Amino acid sequence: MAGAEIENLVKLLARLPGLGPRSARRAVLQMMRRRETLLDPLSEALRVAQDKIVTCDICGNIDTTSPCTICADPRRDSAVLCVVEDVGDLWALERAQAVKGRYHVLGGTLSALDGIGPDELNLAGLKQRCADGTIKEIILATNATVEGQTTAHVITDMLADSGLSITRLAHGVPVGGELDYLDDGTLLAAMKSRR
Amino acid sequence: MQWEAEGLVLAARAHGESSAIIDVFSRTHGRFGGLVRGGNSRRLRPVLQPGNMVVATWRARLSEHLGTITVDAGRAHAAEAMSDAKTLAGLTSLCALMQITPERQAYPRLYDTLMLVIAAMDDADTWPALLARFEMALLEEIGFGLDLSCCAATGVIEQLEYVSPRSGRAVSRDAARPYLDKMFVLPQFLLDPSANASDEDVQKAMELTGHFLERRVYLPNGLKMPPARQRLMDMLAR
Repeated sequence: MAGAEIENLVKLLARLPGLGPRSARRAVLQMMRRRETLLDPLSEALRVAQDKIVTCDICGNIDTTSPCTICADPRRDSAVLCVVEDVGDLWALERAQAVKGRYHVLGGTLSALDGIGPDELNLAGLKQRCADGTIKEIILATNATVEGQTTAHVITDMLADSGLSITRLAHGVPVGGELDYLDDGTLLAAMKSRR
Repeated sequence: MQWEAEGLVLAARAHGESSAIIDVFSRTHGRFGGLVRGGNSRRLRPVLQPGNMVVATWRARLSEHLGTITVDAGRAHAAEAMSDAKTLAGLTSLCALMQITPERQAYPRLYDTLMLVIAAMDDADTWPALLARFEMALLEEIGFGLDLSCCAATGVIEQLEYVSPRSGRAVSRDAARPYLDKMFVLPQFLLDPSANASDEDVQKAMELTGHFLERRVYLPNGLKMPPARQRLMDMLAR
């Protein structure tokens, strides 16, 4: 139907989340039609991203510099460290401007099914950061899943002797949520942590 | 092919972007796998947490197919357990242990025991001992049960205080005396359901069952013991 190069581009785009072969084909067609305004800037942006993107040596965030802009920002509260599973979670918290402190990205959660144990997560880095004396509070912002909460409990155990204040995100009714539509688990958690 | 039954979600893993492959353990059908379309969605992910009850409907054209499962939410045990490290370790340990049962084979007695342990999980003093008893039942149901009826050496039925690590049979206090360093202690609550069980007793019972689970089931199948079980044992030891 199209040249091998175009087919290859479709195949690669179809691997991205949210895109299937059909939508990837539509995207490629759009790029072909708008070569100057879309394809050229996009390929340039991809090339720059590939050259410059690095993982922050301190927190595990993805940025164009290491330390990342969050770790290097002097206005951030260095006494508060928010622990998240993935960079996507960090971006979500940043979008909501919910954390004034810094972050630590674990790189996943403990999962026996996937063979992910403590050694596969960035826990050694977290321990090291907690030992330097500047951090006073750890916010465990892991997901409200069995694996996320298991990871949170393991971190709590690991840092039990550190003397730091360890807090967790609350689980409960989302803003704008109606009780009638909530799942039983959320309702139970909300009722348990009522105040 | 189709069946519908209430069951416990043992595991769920993402399949593609929006679906999930889950393992459900029901009384009538045992451990059954299947694809849940939309199982990785925002609506179904909370329902498919390991430890939750669901009403599952399994469908496939042929019985040997993986099949698809549709679920209706039941009691959300996972959400109830999440705030307590020990309970969460207990629940995930149960789910992981159930994964060693052969697929598509019903274990109604084991299911009933499992439900008993899970129902007791809001009582922190009771469930650890029930979990240890459940592990005994699990060993028995999959064909590796321990024989605690009489002493392996003398045949007596009194003062059964140890278990042989080789045979899995009870040994009386007198007969075990020369081999005490090699024997497992037999906590009395495993013989007498009315006996009280301390955390130490439960820990000893889990050391006993853990030895046989590992030696007879996990290692021969190239598997590792569930990390959640080890975490639970560490918590009991504190």
